[in-house]
Amino acid sequence: MRKWLKSGEPWIWTTAGAVALSLVAVYAVVWMTAVQGMGHWWPKPLVETTITLPDGSTQQLVGEVRDREEISLHRLRESGYEIESQDKYTHRYLFKQGNRDVYGVDFKWVPAPLLGEFKHTKDLISIERHEWGSFFGHLKSVKENGTVVAEGAAAWPELQARLERANRLFDEILSIEKSDIGKINYQLERLRLNQRKLELKNALTEAALAAIEQERQGYDAQFAILQQRLDELREQNRRDSLTAEVQDGQIIEIPFSKIADVIQPNDMSLLQKVAHYLKKLYEFIVDDPREANTEGGIFPAIFGTITMVMLMSVMVTPLGIMAAVYIREYAKQGVMIRIIRISVNNLAGVPSIVYGVFGLGFFVYFLGGNIDALFFPEASPAPVFGSPGLLWSALTLALLTLPVVIVATEEGLSRVPRSIREGSLALGATKAETLWRTVLPIASPAMMTGLILAIARAAGEVAPLMLVGVVKLAPSLPLDGNFPYLHLEQKFMHLGFHIYDVGFQSPNVEAARPLVYATSLLLVVIIVLLNLFAIRLRNRMRERMRGLEGV
Amino acid sequence: MTEKTPHTHAMNFSDLGRAQIKGTEETTITVDNLSLHYGDAQALHAINLAIPKNRVTAFIGPSGCGKSTLLRCFNRMNDLVDSCRISGKILLEDKNIFDDDVNVALLRRRVGMVFQKPNPFPKSIYENVAYGLRIMGIKDREVLDEAVEKALQGAALWDEVKDRLHESGMSLSGGQQQRLVIARAVALEPEVLLLDEPTSALDPISSAKLEALIEQMKSKYTIIIVTHNMQQAARVSDYTAYMYMGNLVEFGDATSFFTNPQKKETEDYITGRFG
Repeated sequence: MRKWLKSGEPWIWTTAGAVALSLVAVYAVVWMTAVQGMGHWWPKPLVETTITLPDGSTQQLVGEVRDREEISLHRLRESGYEIESQDKYTHRYLFKQGNRDVYGVDFKWVPAPLLGEFKHTKDLISIERHEWGSFFGHLKSVKENGTVVAEGAAAWPELQARLERANRLFDEILSIEKSDIGKINYQLERLRLNQRKLELKNALTEAALAAIEQERQGYDAQFAILQQRLDELREQNRRDSLTAEVQDGQIIEIPFSKIADVIQPNDMSLLQKVAHYLKKLYEFIVDDPREANTEGGIFPAIFGTITMVMLMSVMVTPLGIMAAVYIREYAKQGVMIRIIRISVNNLAGVPSIVYGVFGLGFFVYFLGGNIDALFFPEASPAPVFGSPGLLWSALTLALLTLPVVIVATEEGLSRVPRSIREGSLALGATKAETLWRTVLPIASPAMMTGLILAIARAAGEVAPLMLVGVVKLAPSLPLDGNFPYLHLEQKFMHLGFHIYDVGFQSPNVEAARPLVYATSLLLVVIIVLLNLFAIRLRNRMRERMRGLEGV
Repeated sequence: MTEKTPHTHAMNFSDLGRAQIKGTEETTITVDNLSLHYGDAQALHAINLAIPKNRVTAFIGPSGCGKSTLLRCFNRMNDLVDSCRISGKILLEDKNIFDDDVNVALLRRRVGMVFQKPNPFPKSIYENVAYGLRIMGIKDREVLDEAVEKALQGAALWDEVKDRLHESGMSLSGGQQQRLVIARAVALEPEVLLLDEPTSALDPISSAKLEALIEQMKSKYTIIIVTHNMQQAARVSDYTAYMYMGNLVEFGDATSFFTNPQKKETEDYITGRFG
C-alpha cells in the first residue's frame, strides 16, 4: 500500500478523476436539457380513457400523458379520492387535457387506480391553435360559412386542404400587420417628431405644417388601403370552421383562422412524425413567441442575443486591446501600473448585477438622459436613449468583459519574443511601427482568446441585462428595413432572460417546462457556435504564426 | 607584460585602437572614449577604436566582456535599456550618432544588424525582406520586387527560395533563416552590417555558408562581427579586437593579431590558456 502511494499512482487517479468528473458534468447538462427539451415537438399519442369520480359515475378523459409518478395512497385519500386498495403506494398520471377555453386548466394529475383502460383512438385530433393552447377531440365536421361540407371520415382530408388556404391567409395578414403597417407607423411617428421639433424651434411655419400634413395624409391613405385589404383577408379567413367533440361530449366549433396546425397523432407513420417534429423545431427557431411566450418560437430572443453579443464584441475588443497595449508597451512599469493591473483583475470579480446597476445609473439615466435632452427634445417626455436598450446592454456587457480582454491581450503581448521586436527596431522601424506591423499581429491569437472568453461570459449573462435593456416581449426586432436599420435604443429579447421568464414567470408552468429546456439547449448551442467561430478565426491566425515559439 | 612595437604605421592617434589600422584604410566608424554604464555597473571602459571601411572587423573575448554591448552601441540598440548611460562618442562618417539631432530610425537603416538567433518575422519570405522598405514607405510593387530579389541574391538565398517567396519565413531552416535576416538588413542598403554571433545557433555547414557570404559581402559593406569562435574570427576577419572586462585589450589586423599578438592576455586567450 505504501509502495502504491509512493509510486505516484494515486495522484494520477485523483487528477484523472477530476477530469472525468468535469466531463460528466458537461455531458449531464447537455444530455438533460436535450432529453427534456428536444422531445417537446415529438407528436405524443393521445390517450382516451375514463375516470371514476367520487360519486361513482365515470367520465371520459382525453389527453396526452406527460408524466407519471409514485404517490402514497394515504396522500391521495387525504385529498379526497376514495380508492380501495391494500397497497401503500400507487401511481398518478399528469394528463394534458388541453382545451383551456373549455375547462380553464389544461394539466391535471389523476390517480392511476381511478382510470379505465387506455385507448389510442385513431381519429383523435390534436389542434395547435394561435390562442388558447392545444385542442384535443374527435373531428365531427368541416363547415363553410356555417354549412357542413364534409362529415365523418371525409372531414379529415377536407380539413387539411382548407387548412392550407387558411394558413396562407394568416401569413399574409401577419405580414401586412407586421411589416407594411409597421413601416407606415414608423413614418407617421417620424412626422410627428418632425412637427414637434419644428414647434420647439419656433420654426413651424404654415408651409412646413402643410407639407407635413400632406405627407401624413399620404400615409393615412396608404394605411386605409392596407386596412381594407386586411379586412378582406380576415373576412375570407372567417369562411371555414370545424366542429369537434371534446371529452365530455360537448361539440366545439373552431374557426380555421385560429388554427395553426392539426395532426392525428395516433394515426401517423414514423416518417410523418419525423417530418412533423422537424417542422415544429424549425418553427421554434424562426417564429415569434405566442401565448405569453409559452408557445410559438423564440426567434427574437435568438436574434437579440446574437446582435447584443456582436455589438459587445465590437465595443470591447478595440477598447481592451488599446488598454492592454498602453499598460504593457508604453506605460512605465511601476507601482501605478501594478495598481491598475490589480484593479483590472478585480474588476473581473465584480458581481454582474453590480454592472447592471452601474449601467442603469450611468449609461441609461445619465448618458441616455443627456443624449435625449440634447438630441431628441422633440420626443420628450418619451425617452429615446434614456431608457434601457440594446446599446446600453452591449456597453454594460462590454464593461463586464473588458478585464478578460485586457488580461488576455497583455498575456499575448508579453509572449512576443524580444528578438522579434529588436529585429524590427533594427530595421529602422519606430516603436509604433513595430507595434502595428509585428507585435500586434503576433499577439492577435491571444486577443482572440480574450474575445472568446468575453463572448462566453457575455452570452450567458442575464442579471445585468434585466436592468439595462432586456424585455419579456419586444414588439419588433432591433434590426429592420427602416432607417437607420439597427435601432440601438430599442429593447430586445434575450435567450437567458427568456428561459427565466418562460420557466418562472409564466402563467402556464407545465406547458412551458419543455420550452425552458429547449431554450436552454439552444442558448448553449449558440454560445458554442459563437465560440467555434472565434476559435476558427484564432486558429487561422495561429497558423500564420506557426514556428514562432511561445505564441 | 612587454609592449611590442606596433608593426603598422602609427598615425597621430595616441591610443591603441586607432593606431592599429593600416595607414591606407578609410575608417567608417570611430569610437572615441566610449564608456557605458548599466545602472551602477560599468560595462565599457573608455573604448577607442577605428573601424575600417569595407573590411570585416571581429570582436572576440570571453562571455560578458562587453563585445555585444559595444556592437549594440553602433546602432543605438542600447537605447531600449532604460538604465543604460553612455558617455563618449561614436562617429559614423564624422557624425556623432549620439547627437540629439540624429534620427535613430535612419541610423538603424544605415547600420543594419543581425542577431544571434535567427529572428524572421512570422510573415512570408517576401514580406520579411520587404519589411524595412515598407517602413520607409515604399509601396511600388516593382520597386519592392526588385529590391527583394537583389537583397536575397546579396544574401545568397535567392536560388533556394525564389519559388516560394510567399511561404512563411519561419518554414526555412536555421541557416536559411539567418541568411533571410541578413537579406532583410541588406535590403535597406546599409553602410555597416553588425553581426552578433550570427553562427552560434547554426550547424557547421550552415555556418560555413554564412562565412562565405560574409567574405562576399565585405566589398559592399563594412562588417562588424561578434563571435565566440576564434577560428571563425581568424577565418573571416580582416581586423580583430580582443576585449576583456569592458576594456579593449588589443586591436589589429587579423594576420598579425593571431600570429603575433602584442599583449600577453591576447596571446593567452587565443592560444586557449584562458577563456
